[in-house]
Amino acid sequence: MTVLAERPQVAHEHPEHHEGPTGILKWLTSTDHKVIGMNYMITSLVMFFLAGIMALFIRAQLTSPSGAVLSPQQFNELFTMHGSLMLYLFAGPFAFGGLANYIVPLQVGAPDMAFPRLNALSYWLYLSGSITMLMGFMVAGGAAAFGWVAYAPLSEPTFSPGSGPDLWILALALTGFSAIFTGVNLITTIFYLRAPGMTMFRMPIFTWNMLVTALLILIAFPILTAAVVLLFADRHFGTHIYTVQGGGVPVLYQNLFWFFGHPEVYILALPYFGIATDVIPVFSRKPLFGYKGMTFATMSIAALSTGVWAHHMFTTGVVLLPFFSLLSLLIAVPTGIKFFNWIGTMWRGQITFATPMLFSVGFLFAFLMGGLTGVMLASPPIDFVTHDTYFVVAHFHQVLFGTAVFAGFSGFYFWYPKFTGRMYRESLGKAHFWLMFIGFWVTFMPQYQLGLEGMPRRVATYPSGLGWQFLNRMSTVGAFIIALSFAVFLVNLWVSWRKPVPAGDNPWDAHALEWFATSPPVHHNFTKLPPIRSERPVWDFHHPESLTVRHDHSSGGTS
Amino acid sequence: MRIEALIMIGVALFFAMTGVIYWFWGYEQGGTVMLIGTTALGLLPGTYYYWWSRRMKPRPEDRPDATMEEGAGVIGAFPDSSVWPFVLGMGLFLVVLSVVFGLWLLAPGFALVVSAAVGVTAESRRGGTV
Repeated sequence: MTVLAERPQVAHEHPEHHEGPTGILKWLTSTDHKVIGMNYMITSLVMFFLAGIMALFIRAQLTSPSGAVLSPQQFNELFTMHGSLMLYLFAGPFAFGGLANYIVPLQVGAPDMAFPRLNALSYWLYLSGSITMLMGFMVAGGAAAFGWVAYAPLSEPTFSPGSGPDLWILALALTGFSAIFTGVNLITTIFYLRAPGMTMFRMPIFTWNMLVTALLILIAFPILTAAVVLLFADRHFGTHIYTVQGGGVPVLYQNLFWFFGHPEVYILALPYFGIATDVIPVFSRKPLFGYKGMTFATMSIAALSTGVWAHHMFTTGVVLLPFFSLLSLLIAVPTGIKFFNWIGTMWRGQITFATPMLFSVGFLFAFLMGGLTGVMLASPPIDFVTHDTYFVVAHFHQVLFGTAVFAGFSGFYFWYPKFTGRMYRESLGKAHFWLMFIGFWVTFMPQYQLGLEGMPRRVATYPSGLGWQFLNRMSTVGAFIIALSFAVFLVNLWVSWRKPVPAGDNPWDAHALEWFATSPPVHHNFTKLPPIRSERPVWDFHHPESLTVRHDHSSGGTS
Repeated sequence: MRIEALIMIGVALFFAMTGVIYWFWGYEQGGTVMLIGTTALGLLPGTYYYWWSRRMKPRPEDRPDATMEEGAGVIGAFPDSSVWPFVLGMGLFLVVLSVVFGLWLLAPGFALVVSAAVGVTAESRRGGTV
């Protein structure tokens, strides 16, 4: 069955008015998921760049025990904004606003997202939220300086005066709504706009993971928005929800925040797991090993992740230690299944180490290290010793850098030919990977040791007699190597922009439906679709001699 | 539709179970309330989808043997471009900033929000495209 079927027609009022306005007006008014996805990706990469610059300042300050690069107040502002930009404005929006927005409708064979105008509104709320957060640097009193978690009572007006913290809170409200709208949009697109034959268990794992991520967004983000709005009420309207003086409960803030905060970690991780799961089979030239196991592992990780919020609060002494420790440890099981399946996919495959594959394999190493220390931290006796030390800093940087940066760049390089129709330079991509990989280990491994030696996090200076300077210097050197690798990435983009090399529609001989569209895809994505008879429709179409081994029970429609 | 319904019902079942265990183990109100809320979040759409999945034939995207031709026809209206999301976004931006920089910003903010609401409604009535 290698006959092309006509793509179902999309309702069109003005077929001749296909592309809409151009130039700046296109950017302002487009409701095309591809344009919005690109906007999201560019904006979030700018945020990544800014937050990276902040990290360099932080590391420069810590080069010597009594560093004088920054004042303590500036240091607090910078680590707060570094964390906030990275978590709220880069890692999440890059995945569910950028990559998912662009790729999910293509992967399910849809002409656009289900609610195009809501999608555009999401982007504008995200952009205005980002600007609101950065405005903190321009107001009297400076930006928020209470860490990315904004614990009460530190975030109450007595300890955090000025309008910088207010802007931070409002930025979270704006981006929170943006994320909720995107979540609704993604779920509706996946449930209602799939192409005929694209059953749930034939969707690419990236789309599966985005579905689960979108559910997590709907579970977590409303609680964050509510928590920060209550905080705002405490600061300005005289309520006493989190203040002890008025009979409030400060630890309630931590409960609310982490009920958002821990699912948030998986909102940041699951999309990137999905990228690696899509990349590894393509460059191993094998179907994914354990497709259904992968979907169930994703769902169990997501479900468990919402039951572990208080493992960030072990040392408060008011949480149920065995319950949260047990559920946290259980997360290692589905994550282990994922690792098993990734390795099983590569096992005896014809592996080619193109840049996306290199980044995905780098992600496996980085995330394994971060995940293993996470299992350690899930055990209260270890957590009590290492809480608020650099051990925790190293742990979550390895987790988030492993997912959002390594797997994020893997996806970016993987889909770059699809976004632009051009090829990046393979040599520069590899240089980017190796610099980043080396920089990553040099930056974060010393921090584990620093944490075990007792160096607390969020300090601008440290005692000089404890031998911490060498490890801190090493970490700083690593951070600058990472910065260099990002420069290589920008050069790569520049070179491919100035001297384009056409990529073709399917340069990787990949599996999923997005590779059947042109590069870049036309308006409303598809003019034709191949028959969908397995979870690798494009592979089946190009290789009719070797039909995919079916993992779904329904082998009804064969060729 | 059935698998979609079961996913949402699965969310509800997991959180109902976790909520019960958490309440009888920890007697902590805050977390229990959030877990009950999450149960409702899965239960509402889940039961609705399930109710429909019992009453409709499987859609072409639910059947593994469906052909492309079965999905032919109008999928939906997808507006090409619209300025109103931008106007609404900027309006909400000003409304939010007004609590920091002065309540006078509410005036242009609300003007933009209202005009966007009117504009987007009129646009939908005209057929969803500009």
